[in-house]
Amino acid sequence: MALYENVFIVRQDVSNQQVEELTTRFTEILESGGGKVEKTEFWGLRTMAYKIKKNRKGHYVMLNLDAPPPAVQEMERNMQLSEDVIRHMTLRVDELEEGPSAVMKFRGERTRNYGDRSDSRPSPAVASDDSKPAAPEAPAASDTPAAEASKTEGASE
Amino acid sequence: MSTRPRPFFRRRKSCPFSSDSAPKIDYKDVKLLQRFTSERGKIVPSRITAVSAKKQRELARAIKRARFLALMPYVVE
Repeated sequence: MALYENVFIVRQDVSNQQVEELTTRFTEILESGGGKVEKTEFWGLRTMAYKIKKNRKGHYVMLNLDAPPPAVQEMERNMQLSEDVIRHMTLRVDELEEGPSAVMKFRGERTRNYGDRSDSRPSPAVASDDSKPAAPEAPAASDTPAAEASKTEGASE
Repeated sequence: MSTRPRPFFRRRKSCPFSSDSAPKIDYKDVKLLQRFTSERGKIVPSRITAVSAKKQRELARAIKRARFLALMPYVVE
């Protein structure tokens, strides 16, 4: 069996409960094909970066799968048929990640203010910027101390 | 390299994804990917961000996946 990661987006005017029903339906389809869902993650109703089929928001669901390819194909076919699913993507992965994905971690972080990961964008005043003047090479910031040291050297030369 | 100090010399920055403690490139990690896109939403060239060629390809793929899922914008108006 192969490992897959599937993310699908459900229309915004569908209730949470219906989203869960849809998810169990897809899970059942997959299981009837001999597959297994290792993890289901509901990312909740998120604002999308652009409109898809006139929807501004969507319910995101991620499934981590361990299934034979025909089962995944059958599930994808059903997703395409479903009117409520506005977009889906399945990726073959070498290994499924443990624990919550980056999206969930970020959501947690946002609720208790900014975490230790400083935002590199120059606009918000981030605490980690006070050690050195805001440099244009901000994307590299907040990494290892070694990288930072080499950067300051370069500036002094 | 010459020993003479050159006026506009800048030490080559190292790739932010190549050290051991580097973050993993993942299409779901929007916060990370956003650091490598411009304000218009374009992918920043690696000559500016110092990402290695291999990682830049991986990064571009991740950004494009995030865009497809509307986690990131294709273009910021």
